[in-house]
Amino acid sequence: MFDNGISRRTVLKGSLAAGALGLAGTPAFADPQWKKFAGTKLEVNLIKSPRGDVLEKYAKEFTDLTGIEVASEQIPEQQQRQKAVIELTSGKPSFDVVHLSYHVQKRQFEKAGWLADLTPFMKNPDLTAPDLTEADFSSAGLLYAKDQKGAMRSLPFSVDYWIVYWNKDLFEKKGLSYPTNFEEMVKAAEALTNPSDGTYGFVARGLRNANVPVWASFLLGYGGDFLDANGNLLTDKPEAIEGAKLYQRLLTKAAPPGVAGFNWSECQSAFLQGKVGMWLDGVGFAPPLEDPTRSRIVGKVGYGVMPTGPKAQASATFGDGIGVAAASTKKEAAYLYCQWAVSKLMGARLLQAGGGVPFRNSILNDKEVRAGVKMPAAWVEAVAGSAKVSRLGLPVVIPVTEFRDIIGTALTSTLSGGDPATELKKATEQFKPVLERSERS
Amino acid sequence: MREAAASNAHPSARSPWRPPSYWPFVLPAVVTVSAVIVFPWVFTLWMSLHEWTVGGSSSFVGLANYLRLPGDPRFADAVVHTLYYTVLAVLLPLVLGTVSAVIFHARFPLRGFLRGIFVMPMMATPVAIALVWTMMFHPQLGVLNYLLSLVGIPPQLWVFEPATVIPSLVLVETWQWTPLVMLILLGGLAAIPAEPYESALIDGANRWQMFRHITLPMLAPFLMVAAIIRTIDALKSFDIIYAITQGGPGTASETINLYLYSVAFAYYDIGYGSAIAVVFFALVIGLSVLLLALRQRTKWTEMGGAAL
Repeated sequence: MFDNGISRRTVLKGSLAAGALGLAGTPAFADPQWKKFAGTKLEVNLIKSPRGDVLEKYAKEFTDLTGIEVASEQIPEQQQRQKAVIELTSGKPSFDVVHLSYHVQKRQFEKAGWLADLTPFMKNPDLTAPDLTEADFSSAGLLYAKDQKGAMRSLPFSVDYWIVYWNKDLFEKKGLSYPTNFEEMVKAAEALTNPSDGTYGFVARGLRNANVPVWASFLLGYGGDFLDANGNLLTDKPEAIEGAKLYQRLLTKAAPPGVAGFNWSECQSAFLQGKVGMWLDGVGFAPPLEDPTRSRIVGKVGYGVMPTGPKAQASATFGDGIGVAAASTKKEAAYLYCQWAVSKLMGARLLQAGGGVPFRNSILNDKEVRAGVKMPAAWVEAVAGSAKVSRLGLPVVIPVTEFRDIIGTALTSTLSGGDPATELKKATEQFKPVLERSERS
Repeated sequence: MREAAASNAHPSARSPWRPPSYWPFVLPAVVTVSAVIVFPWVFTLWMSLHEWTVGGSSSFVGLANYLRLPGDPRFADAVVHTLYYTVLAVLLPLVLGTVSAVIFHARFPLRGFLRGIFVMPMMATPVAIALVWTMMFHPQLGVLNYLLSLVGIPPQLWVFEPATVIPSLVLVETWQWTPLVMLILLGGLAAIPAEPYESALIDGANRWQMFRHITLPMLAPFLMVAAIIRTIDALKSFDIIYAITQGGPGTASETINLYLYSVAFAYYDIGYGSAIAVVFFALVIGLSVLLLALRQRTKWTEMGGAAL
């Protein structure tokens, strides 16, 4: 979808120089033996997303490079997660390569041992290009990809930082500037709100489950966390409650009515109309905002790093990775595919189309790559700024979905008048046995 | 008839050999029913007695999953939501379906064409309908609030507010399934003889009296059929709710079906999910028995009426 706009020329101009190092094989020494597994046929299971689109679009290049045939399918996120889990449980998955959402599945995949250990492959110069090193991935990426023993179980593919989209026109009209801390953010949001002409200062997800990252963004700013070092829940501690209070205040006082049912798409359409001052959400939702056929605010959008909280500045971070099924019989070939997927060339394409952000610093900090990005410079700045304050936006536990549902319900209840402290206490009590059960089994 | 003929033929010694019984003919049906109905049910019962998660191990826990149910506020809420939703989603289409059946039973120009248009919602895919309605429900951008504003009613929050979400969902369900009720009742109306109306006219009954004392009692069996079909449909309703609200805001529109889906396929807690399914099954059976009992009563009235 988003990547279709990229022309061959842009790619050449922007990233060939960088990509050539990784792929085209200019340095003759220590180059992986790409052709070693020629003739192998790989099955690839991808999440339907701009990331999956980019991989499918250029799959032929991978085949040209390696002689490995790729059959890939893209499935909508929720269904893909279910399918992957069911197939991996069966012990005979139909795919060799699997695309996973770290923030939901990391712990589950790790505990079940579904993914092959990629550490030996990464150390093998016959299999790995010299520029692919652990150190090149951002810390959040490594945190996601490594298991408790420090083995790489997947390659970090695309990261999602939460940023604030803001409407420069509305801010200007009120003589406001982009907030630097939570207090200013609330003030700006409330100053911009004027229900009589349908203008609201702030919008973010109110829908249960989807809304947890919004609260997490606040909680992290108050210095809170989800679990302590021993795995005890911290979701009813003062920081968490402060986060929920801020959530309640912004979404009831400064957000459009009905926000309790909003997921990102409703937030996005509200923001696209030019009647909303700020929208807090993932960085990947930017392309439609700059698309004149869909947006009334092209060129008027500011992209800001999450304002600083009383204790910390933190950008809630999520991400997906790509790994090799432990049950696959073609692990090396599958690893080559994963490596290609996170290569500089492919990462640059992803970033330039605005469809995702690579975990690799060498791509993000490359001037040439940045120059080819189609999004406004402020977007890239926000991405780079968020990378510096990146924190995991969800707890690394198995029942993430239940966590999101239960905490999310509590948050939604605060929007219809529930007391944040009571609601979070109740939700924490409700989630505790679920967490205990999951760790016990 | 055939069995009777066969047993009659038996004593006569015309055929020298007979198969001992007819059970081989029943076998395909038995196998199919066991495989697709009995086995899944027994297996669900079996799973409901285990702590069983996808990707984890399973262990026998007896009735522990069932004992979790009473203490699970989400389950209790889901039962209430399911009943609330079902009652509304049965009553509204029945009332509106009766009204529209009476209207479309009358003769007027273009009746066939208008009937055709009226049943069109039934033919659309529920998920597609749900997506369109979601847009129409949008509090700021939706057409429904625009229409309300034309007649001076302040904007509503529809599915975006816990208090109004279930009635709003029922609105969609009603819009889609009233035509089905109407079709069933039109068939019923066509079957009512003209004589009672003629004698009622002679006795000086007005239209309301004719409807109340002739049409409605004679339609009762058909109304019951429609009610049973609607109840089953409303209880198992999933697609519209899932596509519009996913059970939200919060859990305000989470029916048993949606909760069951989350537990089994999002939390991968197969054991507990199975226990919910078993309880849900019991609820459906209970309601069906109730409706069938009511149906017996409507039949009784009909026969009583005929005996008079």
